[in-house]
Amino acid sequence: MAGRTLTIGALAIQGDFLEHRLALERLGVHAPEVRLPAELDDVDGLIIPGGESTTIVQLIDIYGFRAALTEKVRAGLPVWGTCAGMIVMADSLTDRRPEPLHLMDIDVSRNAFGRQIDSFEEDLEIDGLDEAPFRGVFIRAPVVNRAGELVKAIARLRDGRPVAVRQGRMLATAFHPELTDDDRVHGLFKSMVEESLRPLP
Amino acid sequence: MATDTIVETGTWQVKTGLAKMLKGGVIMDVVTAEQARIAEDAGAVAVMALERVPSDIRKDGGVARMSDPTKIVEIIDAVTIPVMAKCRIGHFVEAQVLEALGIDYIDESEVLTPADENNHVDKNAFKVPFVCGCRDLGEALRRIGEGAAMIRTKGEAGTGNIVEAVRHARSVIGEMKRIRGMDSDELMAAARDLKAPYDLVKEVHETGALPVVNFAAGGIATPADAALMMQLGVDGVFVGSGIFKSSNPGRMAEAIVKATTHYNAPEIIADVSRGLGDAMPGLDVRTMPEEEQLAVRGW
Repeated sequence: MAGRTLTIGALAIQGDFLEHRLALERLGVHAPEVRLPAELDDVDGLIIPGGESTTIVQLIDIYGFRAALTEKVRAGLPVWGTCAGMIVMADSLTDRRPEPLHLMDIDVSRNAFGRQIDSFEEDLEIDGLDEAPFRGVFIRAPVVNRAGELVKAIARLRDGRPVAVRQGRMLATAFHPELTDDDRVHGLFKSMVEESLRPLP
Repeated sequence: MATDTIVETGTWQVKTGLAKMLKGGVIMDVVTAEQARIAEDAGAVAVMALERVPSDIRKDGGVARMSDPTKIVEIIDAVTIPVMAKCRIGHFVEAQVLEALGIDYIDESEVLTPADENNHVDKNAFKVPFVCGCRDLGEALRRIGEGAAMIRTKGEAGTGNIVEAVRHARSVIGEMKRIRGMDSDELMAAARDLKAPYDLVKEVHETGALPVVNFAAGGIATPADAALMMQLGVDGVFVGSGIFKSSNPGRMAEAIVKATTHYNAPEIIADVSRGLGDAMPGLDVRTMPEEEQLAVRGW
Protein backbone atom coordinates (compact mmCIF):
# COMPACT_ATOMS: atom_id res chain seq x y z
CA MET A 1 0.00 0.00 0.00
CA ALA A 2 2.85 2.38 0.81
CA GLY A 3 3.35 5.09 -1.77
CA ARG A 4 0.12 4.24 -3.61
CA THR A 5 -2.28 7.10 -4.35
CA LEU A 6 -5.34 7.08 -2.12
CA THR A 7 -8.24 5.62 -4.14
CA ILE A 8 -11.86 6.52 -3.42
CA GLY A 9 -14.38 5.12 -5.88
CA ALA A 10 -17.72 6.64 -6.85
CA LEU A 11 -20.60 4.22 -7.35
CA ALA A 12 -21.39 4.97 -11.00
CA ILE A 13 -24.70 3.32 -11.74
CA GLN A 14 -26.81 6.50 -11.79
CA GLY A 15 -26.67 10.07 -10.49
CA ASP A 16 -24.04 12.77 -10.01
CA PHE A 17 -20.96 10.57 -9.55
CA LEU A 18 -18.92 12.77 -11.90
CA GLU A 19 -19.22 15.78 -9.56
CA HIS A 20 -17.90 13.64 -6.68
CA ARG A 21 -14.98 12.41 -8.78
CA LEU A 22 -14.03 15.97 -9.72
CA ALA A 23 -14.10 17.07 -6.05
CA LEU A 24 -11.92 14.11 -5.02
CA GLU A 25 -9.48 14.79 -7.84
CA ARG A 26 -9.17 18.39 -6.67
CA LEU A 27 -7.95 16.89 -3.36
CA GLY A 28 -5.37 14.71 -5.13
CA VAL A 29 -7.35 11.49 -4.67
CA HIS A 30 -7.59 8.86 -7.43
CA ALA A 31 -11.35 8.57 -8.06
CA PRO A 32 -12.39 5.76 -10.41
CA GLU A 33 -15.97 4.86 -11.33
CA VAL A 34 -17.28 1.68 -9.73
CA ARG A 35 -19.79 0.07 -12.08
CA LEU A 36 -19.48 -3.61 -11.11
CA PRO A 37 -19.16 -5.30 -7.67
CA ALA A 38 -15.70 -6.73 -8.45
CA GLU A 39 -14.40 -3.17 -8.75
CA LEU A 40 -14.98 -2.67 -5.00
CA ASP A 41 -11.75 -4.63 -4.45
CA ASP A 42 -9.75 -1.80 -6.01
CA VAL A 43 -10.85 1.09 -3.76
CA ASP A 44 -9.94 2.30 -0.26
CA GLY A 45 -13.31 4.01 0.20
CA LEU A 46 -16.59 4.47 -1.68
CA ILE A 47 -19.01 7.32 -2.29
CA ILE A 48 -22.67 6.56 -3.07
CA PRO A 49 -23.72 9.70 -4.97
CA GLY A 50 -26.91 11.68 -5.27
CA GLY A 51 -29.43 10.39 -7.76
CA GLU A 52 -32.84 8.75 -7.67
CA SER A 53 -32.79 6.36 -4.72
CA THR A 54 -35.48 4.08 -6.16
CA THR A 55 -33.45 3.67 -9.34
CA ILE A 56 -30.10 3.29 -7.56
CA VAL A 57 -31.42 0.59 -5.20
CA GLN A 58 -32.99 -1.32 -8.09
CA LEU A 59 -29.74 -1.23 -10.01
CA ILE A 60 -27.76 -2.19 -6.86
CA ASP A 61 -29.86 -5.36 -6.72
CA ILE A 62 -29.79 -6.04 -10.45
CA TYR A 63 -25.99 -5.79 -10.58
CA GLY A 64 -25.38 -7.76 -7.39
CA PHE A 65 -23.98 -4.90 -5.27
CA ARG A 66 -26.16 -5.59 -2.21
CA ALA A 67 -24.22 -8.58 -0.83
CA ALA A 68 -20.82 -7.37 -2.04
CA LEU A 69 -21.18 -3.92 -0.54
CA THR A 70 -22.59 -5.19 2.77
CA GLU A 71 -19.65 -7.55 3.14
CA LYS A 72 -17.10 -4.83 2.32
CA VAL A 73 -18.63 -2.42 4.83
CA ARG A 74 -18.61 -5.10 7.55
CA ALA A 75 -14.92 -5.64 6.76
CA GLY A 76 -14.30 -1.91 7.34
CA LEU A 77 -14.59 -0.19 3.94
CA PRO A 78 -15.33 3.52 4.54
CA VAL A 79 -18.51 4.65 2.76
CA TRP A 80 -20.10 8.07 2.33
CA GLY A 81 -23.61 8.51 0.93
CA THR A 82 -25.05 11.86 -0.24
CA CYS A 83 -28.84 12.32 -0.42
CA ALA A 84 -29.92 9.19 -2.35
CA GLY A 85 -26.75 7.61 -0.94
CA MET A 86 -27.98 8.31 2.61
CA ILE A 87 -31.27 6.59 1.75
CA VAL A 88 -29.41 3.59 0.34
CA MET A 89 -27.35 3.24 3.55
CA ALA A 90 -30.29 3.59 5.97
CA ASP A 91 -31.64 0.85 8.20
CA SER A 92 -35.24 1.70 7.44
CA LEU A 93 -37.34 4.19 5.46
CA THR A 94 -40.75 5.68 6.08
CA ASP A 95 -41.79 4.73 2.50
CA ARG A 96 -42.76 1.22 1.50
CA ARG A 97 -39.78 1.17 -0.86
CA PRO A 98 -37.04 0.94 -1.86
CA GLU A 99 -35.48 -1.68 0.42
CA PRO A 100 -32.35 0.00 1.83
CA LEU A 101 -29.04 -1.75 2.50
CA HIS A 102 -29.29 -1.50 6.34
CA LEU A 103 -25.68 -0.33 6.65
CA MET A 104 -26.17 2.51 9.15
CA ASP A 105 -28.36 2.57 12.25
CA ILE A 106 -30.59 5.42 10.99
CA ASP A 107 -34.24 5.74 9.95
CA VAL A 108 -34.74 8.13 7.07
CA SER A 109 -37.67 9.93 5.41
CA ARG A 110 -37.35 10.46 1.67
CA ASN A 111 -38.44 13.80 0.11
CA ALA A 112 -38.83 15.10 3.65
CA PHE A 113 -39.24 18.75 2.64
CA GLY A 114 -41.84 18.48 -0.13
CA ARG A 115 -41.54 18.75 -3.88
CA GLN A 116 -38.83 20.34 -6.04
CA ILE A 117 -40.03 23.94 -5.51
CA ASP A 118 -39.30 23.38 -1.79
CA SER A 119 -35.69 22.33 -2.47
CA PHE A 120 -33.39 24.81 -0.72
CA GLU A 121 -29.94 25.98 0.31
CA GLU A 122 -29.07 26.60 3.95
CA ASP A 123 -25.87 27.43 5.84
CA LEU A 124 -24.77 24.61 8.17
CA GLU A 125 -22.26 24.24 10.95
CA ILE A 126 -20.54 20.89 10.62
CA ASP A 127 -18.55 19.29 13.48
CA GLY A 128 -15.02 18.53 12.38
CA LEU A 129 -14.83 21.41 9.88
CA ASP A 130 -13.56 24.89 10.69
CA GLU A 131 -16.12 27.45 11.84
CA ALA A 132 -17.06 28.94 8.48
CA PRO A 133 -20.58 27.83 7.54
CA PHE A 134 -20.99 25.16 4.87
CA ARG A 135 -23.58 25.91 2.18
CA GLY A 136 -25.87 22.87 2.23
CA VAL A 137 -27.70 22.22 -1.06
CA PHE A 138 -30.84 20.17 -0.35
CA ILE A 139 -32.63 18.74 -3.42
CA ARG A 140 -35.78 16.72 -2.72
CA ALA A 141 -33.72 15.82 0.31
CA PRO A 142 -34.14 13.14 2.97
CA VAL A 143 -33.88 13.70 6.72
CA VAL A 144 -32.80 11.46 9.61
CA ASN A 145 -35.75 10.63 11.90
CA ARG A 146 -33.96 8.30 14.28
CA ALA A 147 -30.27 7.71 14.90
CA GLY A 148 -28.94 4.79 16.93
CA GLU A 149 -26.55 5.10 19.89
CA LEU A 150 -23.44 4.60 17.79
CA VAL A 151 -24.48 7.32 15.34
CA LYS A 152 -23.24 10.88 15.84
CA ALA A 153 -25.04 13.82 14.27
CA ILE A 154 -22.39 16.22 12.96
CA ALA A 155 -24.75 18.77 11.37
CA ARG A 156 -28.35 19.79 12.03
CA LEU A 157 -30.90 22.10 10.49
CA ARG A 158 -32.08 25.11 12.51
CA ASP A 159 -35.01 22.99 13.71
CA GLY A 160 -32.59 20.42 15.13
CA ARG A 161 -33.12 17.61 12.64
CA PRO A 162 -29.84 15.82 11.76
CA VAL A 163 -28.69 16.14 8.14
CA ALA A 164 -25.13 14.78 8.46
CA VAL A 165 -24.33 11.68 10.52
CA ARG A 166 -21.29 9.49 11.25
CA GLN A 167 -21.14 5.93 12.47
CA GLY A 168 -17.63 4.49 12.62
CA ARG A 169 -16.25 4.60 9.10
CA MET A 170 -19.58 5.59 7.58
CA LEU A 171 -20.73 9.10 6.74
CA ALA A 172 -24.12 10.18 5.35
CA THR A 173 -25.28 13.65 4.31
CA ALA A 174 -28.77 14.71 3.23
CA PHE A 175 -27.23 17.53 1.19
CA HIS A 176 -24.86 17.69 -1.79
CA PRO A 177 -21.32 18.97 -1.06
CA GLU A 178 -20.37 17.77 -4.57
CA LEU A 179 -22.53 20.49 -6.15
CA THR A 180 -20.53 23.27 -4.49
CA ASP A 181 -16.88 24.17 -4.92
CA ASP A 182 -16.35 23.87 -1.16
CA ASP A 183 -14.44 20.58 -0.81
CA ARG A 184 -14.29 20.46 3.02
CA VAL A 185 -16.69 17.53 3.45
CA HIS A 186 -14.78 15.59 0.80
CA GLY A 187 -11.67 16.43 2.81
CA LEU A 188 -13.34 15.04 5.94
CA PHE A 189 -14.18 11.77 4.18
CA LYS A 190 -10.66 11.61 2.73
CA SER A 191 -9.26 11.80 6.28
CA MET A 192 -11.66 9.04 7.39
CA VAL A 193 -10.33 6.83 4.58
CA GLU A 194 -6.71 7.66 5.45
CA GLU A 195 -7.43 6.82 9.08
CA SER A 196 -8.85 3.42 8.08
CA LEU A 197 -5.61 2.53 6.26
CA ARG A 198 -3.35 3.34 9.21
CA PRO A 199 -1.96 0.20 10.88
CA LEU A 200 -3.22 -0.41 14.43
CA PRO A 201 -0.70 0.67 17.10
CA MET B 1 -21.49 30.72 17.51
CA ALA B 2 -25.04 31.32 16.30
CA THR B 3 -24.88 31.49 12.54
CA ASP B 4 -27.41 33.74 10.89
CA THR B 5 -28.63 31.15 8.43
CA ILE B 6 -30.08 32.26 5.14
CA VAL B 7 -32.46 29.78 3.55
CA GLU B 8 -33.15 30.12 -0.18
CA THR B 9 -35.40 28.17 -2.53
CA GLY B 10 -35.55 28.12 -6.34
CA THR B 11 -31.82 28.89 -6.72
CA TRP B 12 -29.88 28.03 -9.88
CA GLN B 13 -28.01 25.45 -7.78
CA VAL B 14 -31.14 23.52 -6.77
CA LYS B 15 -32.68 23.84 -10.26
CA THR B 16 -29.65 22.54 -12.15
CA GLY B 17 -28.85 20.17 -9.27
CA LEU B 18 -32.03 18.13 -9.70
CA ALA B 19 -31.13 17.54 -13.36
CA LYS B 20 -27.68 16.34 -12.23
CA MET B 21 -29.40 13.76 -10.00
CA LEU B 22 -31.14 12.37 -13.10
CA LYS B 23 -27.88 11.78 -15.02
CA GLY B 24 -27.33 8.32 -16.43
CA GLY B 25 -31.07 7.71 -16.22
CA VAL B 26 -34.19 7.32 -18.35
CA ILE B 27 -37.20 9.67 -18.18
CA MET B 28 -40.37 8.00 -19.47
CA ASP B 29 -43.61 9.42 -20.90
CA VAL B 30 -46.68 8.05 -19.08
CA VAL B 31 -50.40 8.76 -19.49
CA THR B 32 -51.83 6.94 -16.43
CA ALA B 33 -50.92 6.26 -12.79
CA GLU B 34 -50.58 2.57 -13.70
CA GLN B 35 -48.02 3.35 -16.41
CA ALA B 36 -46.16 5.64 -13.98
CA ARG B 37 -45.81 2.73 -11.54
CA ILE B 38 -44.55 0.43 -14.31
CA ALA B 39 -41.97 3.07 -15.23
CA GLU B 40 -40.86 3.51 -11.61
CA ASP B 41 -40.59 -0.26 -11.09
CA ALA B 42 -38.47 -0.54 -14.24
CA GLY B 43 -36.00 1.99 -12.84
CA ALA B 44 -37.03 5.27 -14.52
CA VAL B 45 -35.44 8.30 -12.80
CA ALA B 46 -38.51 10.48 -13.54
CA VAL B 47 -41.75 10.35 -15.49
CA MET B 48 -43.33 12.84 -17.88
CA ALA B 49 -47.07 13.11 -17.14
CA LEU B 50 -49.07 13.41 -20.38
CA GLU B 51 -52.61 12.97 -21.69
CA ARG B 52 -51.35 11.41 -24.91
CA VAL B 53 -47.90 10.19 -25.96
CA PRO B 54 -46.34 12.06 -28.93
CA SER B 55 -47.21 9.39 -31.53
CA ASP B 56 -50.91 9.76 -30.61
CA ILE B 57 -50.66 13.57 -30.59
CA ARG B 58 -49.21 13.28 -34.09
CA LYS B 59 -52.01 10.91 -35.20
CA ASP B 60 -54.85 12.94 -33.67
CA GLY B 61 -53.77 16.33 -35.03
CA GLY B 62 -55.48 19.52 -33.81
CA VAL B 63 -54.13 21.68 -30.99
CA ALA B 64 -52.17 19.85 -28.28
CA ARG B 65 -52.23 21.58 -24.88
CA MET B 66 -51.09 21.08 -21.28
CA SER B 67 -52.63 17.94 -19.71
CA ASP B 68 -55.70 17.97 -17.47
CA PRO B 69 -54.55 18.73 -13.87
CA THR B 70 -56.56 15.74 -12.56
CA LYS B 71 -54.45 13.43 -14.70
CA ILE B 72 -51.22 15.10 -13.61
CA VAL B 73 -52.09 14.91 -9.90
CA GLU B 74 -53.00 11.20 -10.20
CA ILE B 75 -49.54 10.56 -11.57
CA ILE B 76 -47.85 12.73 -8.91
CA ASP B 77 -49.65 10.69 -6.23
CA ALA B 78 -48.71 7.33 -7.77
CA VAL B 79 -44.90 7.57 -7.66
CA THR B 80 -42.05 8.87 -5.48
CA ILE B 81 -39.68 9.72 -8.36
CA PRO B 82 -39.83 13.28 -9.80
CA VAL B 83 -42.75 14.09 -12.11
CA MET B 84 -42.37 16.37 -15.12
CA ALA B 85 -45.11 17.84 -17.32
CA LYS B 86 -45.23 19.80 -20.56
CA CYS B 87 -46.43 23.32 -21.27
CA ARG B 88 -46.75 24.90 -24.71
CA ILE B 89 -43.83 27.02 -25.95
CA GLY B 90 -44.37 30.56 -24.65
CA HIS B 91 -47.47 29.64 -22.60
CA PHE B 92 -46.34 31.05 -19.25
CA VAL B 93 -49.78 30.59 -17.67
CA GLU B 94 -49.72 26.83 -18.33
CA ALA B 95 -46.29 26.94 -16.66
CA GLN B 96 -47.74 28.82 -13.67
CA VAL B 97 -50.47 26.17 -13.37
CA LEU B 98 -47.94 23.33 -13.48
CA GLU B 99 -45.85 25.06 -10.81
CA ALA B 100 -48.96 25.43 -8.63
CA LEU B 101 -49.69 21.69 -9.04
CA GLY B 102 -46.28 20.84 -7.56
CA ILE B 103 -44.67 19.51 -10.73
CA ASP B 104 -40.92 18.93 -10.23
CA TYR B 105 -39.75 19.98 -13.73
CA ILE B 106 -41.56 21.72 -16.59
CA ASP B 107 -40.82 20.75 -20.20
CA GLU B 108 -41.51 23.74 -22.45
CA SER B 109 -42.13 21.45 -25.37
CA GLU B 110 -42.43 21.55 -29.13
CA VAL B 111 -44.55 18.37 -28.90
CA LEU B 112 -47.45 20.62 -27.86
CA THR B 113 -48.77 23.30 -30.23
CA PRO B 114 -46.79 26.53 -29.63
CA ALA B 115 -48.67 29.39 -27.96
CA ASP B 116 -46.15 32.05 -28.99
CA GLU B 117 -44.21 31.84 -32.26
CA ASN B 118 -41.67 34.43 -31.20
CA ASN B 119 -41.02 34.16 -27.46
CA HIS B 120 -40.33 31.34 -25.07
CA VAL B 121 -41.28 31.48 -21.39
CA ASP B 122 -39.06 33.64 -19.14
CA LYS B 123 -37.95 30.69 -17.06
CA ASN B 124 -35.90 32.78 -14.64
CA ALA B 125 -39.20 34.09 -13.26
CA PHE B 126 -40.12 30.64 -11.86
CA LYS B 127 -38.99 28.63 -8.84
CA VAL B 128 -39.70 25.34 -10.59
CA PRO B 129 -36.93 24.33 -13.03
CA PHE B 130 -37.46 23.98 -16.80
CA VAL B 131 -36.11 21.66 -19.47
CA CYS B 132 -36.21 22.83 -23.10
CA GLY B 133 -35.53 21.23 -26.47
CA CYS B 134 -32.84 22.25 -28.97
CA ARG B 135 -31.57 21.27 -32.40
CA ASP B 136 -28.19 22.98 -32.17
CA LEU B 137 -25.88 24.77 -29.73
CA GLY B 138 -27.29 28.24 -30.41
CA GLU B 139 -30.81 27.13 -29.53
CA ALA B 140 -29.54 25.38 -26.38
CA LEU B 141 -27.72 28.53 -25.20
CA ARG B 142 -30.72 30.78 -25.95
CA ARG B 143 -32.90 28.56 -23.76
CA ILE B 144 -30.28 28.52 -20.98
CA GLY B 145 -30.12 32.30 -21.28
CA GLU B 146 -33.87 32.39 -20.60
CA GLY B 147 -33.33 30.23 -17.52
CA ALA B 148 -33.64 26.60 -18.67
CA ALA B 149 -31.86 24.44 -16.05
CA MET B 150 -31.71 21.38 -18.29
CA ILE B 151 -31.57 20.85 -22.06
CA ARG B 152 -32.67 18.00 -24.28
CA THR B 153 -31.99 17.58 -27.95
CA LYS B 154 -35.34 17.55 -29.77
CA GLY B 155 -35.08 14.66 -32.18
CA GLU B 156 -38.43 14.07 -33.87
CA ALA B 157 -40.94 12.98 -31.22
CA GLY B 158 -43.42 10.20 -31.87
CA THR B 159 -41.58 8.74 -34.88
CA GLY B 160 -39.60 5.89 -33.29
CA ASN B 161 -36.86 7.06 -35.66
CA ILE B 162 -33.51 7.95 -34.08
CA VAL B 163 -32.10 9.87 -37.05
CA GLU B 164 -33.09 13.36 -35.92
CA ALA B 165 -31.97 12.74 -32.32
CA VAL B 166 -28.56 11.76 -33.66
CA ARG B 167 -28.44 14.79 -35.95
CA HIS B 168 -29.24 17.19 -33.10
CA ALA B 169 -26.89 15.58 -30.56
CA ARG B 170 -24.02 15.55 -33.07
CA SER B 171 -24.72 19.16 -33.93
CA VAL B 172 -24.64 20.34 -30.28
CA ILE B 173 -21.57 18.30 -29.36
CA GLY B 174 -19.70 19.13 -32.59
CA GLU B 175 -20.32 22.86 -32.14
CA MET B 176 -19.06 22.70 -28.57
CA LYS B 177 -15.80 21.13 -29.79
CA ARG B 178 -15.46 23.89 -32.37
CA ILE B 179 -16.02 26.64 -29.76
CA ARG B 180 -13.59 24.94 -27.37
CA GLY B 181 -10.87 25.05 -30.02
CA MET B 182 -11.33 28.74 -30.89
CA ASP B 183 -9.09 31.62 -29.91
CA SER B 184 -10.77 33.87 -27.35
CA ASP B 185 -10.94 36.74 -29.87
CA GLU B 186 -13.20 34.63 -32.12
CA LEU B 187 -15.91 34.19 -29.49
CA MET B 188 -17.96 37.32 -30.17
CA ALA B 189 -18.31 36.40 -33.85
CA ALA B 190 -19.26 32.88 -32.78
CA ALA B 191 -21.93 34.31 -30.46
CA ARG B 192 -23.25 36.40 -33.36
CA ASP B 193 -23.38 33.39 -35.71
CA LEU B 194 -25.00 31.12 -33.10
CA LYS B 195 -27.40 33.92 -32.04
CA ALA B 196 -26.43 33.01 -28.48
CA PRO B 197 -25.51 35.03 -25.35
CA TYR B 198 -21.78 35.88 -25.38
CA ASP B 199 -21.22 34.90 -21.73
CA LEU B 200 -22.56 31.40 -22.35
CA VAL B 201 -20.45 30.98 -25.50
CA LYS B 202 -17.44 32.00 -23.42
CA GLU B 203 -18.36 29.44 -20.76
CA VAL B 204 -18.57 26.67 -23.37
CA HIS B 205 -15.17 27.79 -24.68
CA GLU B 206 -13.67 27.53 -21.20
CA THR B 207 -15.28 24.26 -20.06
CA GLY B 208 -15.99 22.43 -23.32
CA ALA B 209 -19.45 21.55 -22.00
CA LEU B 210 -22.93 22.99 -21.57
CA PRO B 211 -23.49 24.66 -18.17
CA VAL B 212 -26.50 22.35 -17.62
CA VAL B 213 -27.30 18.67 -18.07
CA ASN B 214 -28.19 17.59 -21.64
CA PHE B 215 -30.45 14.61 -22.35
CA ALA B 216 -31.49 13.15 -25.73
CA ALA B 217 -35.13 12.89 -26.80
CA GLY B 218 -37.31 12.28 -29.83
CA GLY B 219 -37.17 8.88 -31.53
CA ILE B 220 -35.56 6.52 -29.01
CA ALA B 221 -37.34 3.16 -29.42
CA THR B 222 -34.85 0.42 -28.44
CA PRO B 223 -32.11 -0.27 -25.85
CA ALA B 224 -29.50 0.17 -28.59
CA ASP B 225 -30.97 3.58 -29.51
CA ALA B 226 -30.57 4.70 -25.88
CA ALA B 227 -26.98 3.43 -25.70
CA LEU B 228 -26.19 5.11 -29.03
CA MET B 229 -27.23 8.49 -27.66
CA MET B 230 -25.23 7.92 -24.46
CA GLN B 231 -22.11 7.00 -26.46
CA LEU B 232 -22.55 10.16 -28.52
CA GLY B 233 -22.15 12.04 -25.24
CA VAL B 234 -25.55 12.97 -23.77
CA ASP B 235 -26.18 12.66 -20.00
CA GLY B 236 -29.37 10.56 -20.17
CA VAL B 237 -32.44 9.89 -22.33
CA PHE B 238 -36.13 10.70 -22.60
CA VAL B 239 -38.27 7.90 -24.03
CA GLY B 240 -41.70 9.00 -25.18
CA SER B 241 -43.86 6.67 -27.23
CA GLY B 242 -41.08 4.04 -27.36
CA ILE B 243 -42.11 2.25 -24.17
CA PHE B 244 -45.89 2.21 -23.93
CA LYS B 245 -46.34 1.79 -27.71
CA SER B 246 -44.16 -1.33 -27.69
CA SER B 247 -45.68 -4.80 -27.30
CA ASN B 248 -44.20 -5.42 -23.81
CA PRO B 249 -43.81 -2.05 -22.00
CA GLY B 250 -42.49 -3.36 -18.66
CA ARG B 251 -39.70 -5.35 -20.25
CA MET B 252 -38.89 -2.65 -22.81
CA ALA B 253 -38.66 -0.07 -20.01
CA GLU B 254 -36.30 -2.19 -17.93
CA ALA B 255 -34.17 -3.05 -20.95
CA ILE B 256 -33.77 0.61 -21.94
CA VAL B 257 -32.78 1.50 -18.34
CA LYS B 258 -30.10 -1.21 -18.29
CA ALA B 259 -28.78 -0.24 -21.72
CA THR B 260 -28.54 3.39 -20.58
CA THR B 261 -26.51 2.48 -17.47
CA HIS B 262 -24.23 0.10 -19.38
CA TYR B 263 -24.10 2.01 -22.64
CA ASN B 264 -20.46 1.02 -23.13
CA ALA B 265 -21.03 -2.73 -22.64
CA PRO B 266 -22.31 -4.32 -25.92
CA GLU B 267 -22.68 -7.75 -24.27
CA ILE B 268 -25.13 -6.33 -21.70
CA ILE B 269 -27.05 -4.41 -24.40
CA ALA B 270 -27.23 -7.64 -26.46
CA ASP B 271 -28.53 -9.53 -23.47
CA VAL B 272 -31.29 -7.04 -22.59
CA SER B 273 -32.35 -6.71 -26.25
CA ARG B 274 -33.33 -10.38 -26.57
CA GLY B 275 -37.00 -11.23 -27.17
CA LEU B 276 -38.45 -7.82 -26.31
CA GLY B 277 -41.27 -8.18 -28.82
CA ASP B 278 -42.11 -5.41 -31.26
CA ALA B 279 -40.70 -1.92 -30.80
CA MET B 280 -43.12 0.91 -31.61
CA PRO B 281 -43.98 1.33 -35.31
CA GLY B 282 -41.64 3.87 -36.93
CA LEU B 283 -42.05 6.81 -39.32
CA ASP B 284 -39.67 8.02 -42.00
CA VAL B 285 -38.77 11.63 -41.22
CA ARG B 286 -37.45 12.31 -44.75
CA THR B 287 -40.85 11.84 -46.38
CA MET B 288 -42.63 13.87 -43.69
CA PRO B 289 -43.90 17.30 -44.79
CA GLU B 290 -42.40 20.15 -42.76
CA GLU B 291 -45.77 21.12 -41.25
CA GLU B 292 -45.89 17.70 -39.58
CA GLN B 293 -42.41 18.03 -38.07
CA LEU B 294 -42.33 19.01 -34.43
CA ALA B 295 -38.63 19.87 -34.08
CA VAL B 296 -38.96 23.03 -36.19
CA ARG B 297 -41.29 24.57 -33.61
CA GLY B 298 -39.52 27.17 -31.46
CA TRP B 299 -36.19 28.72 -32.50
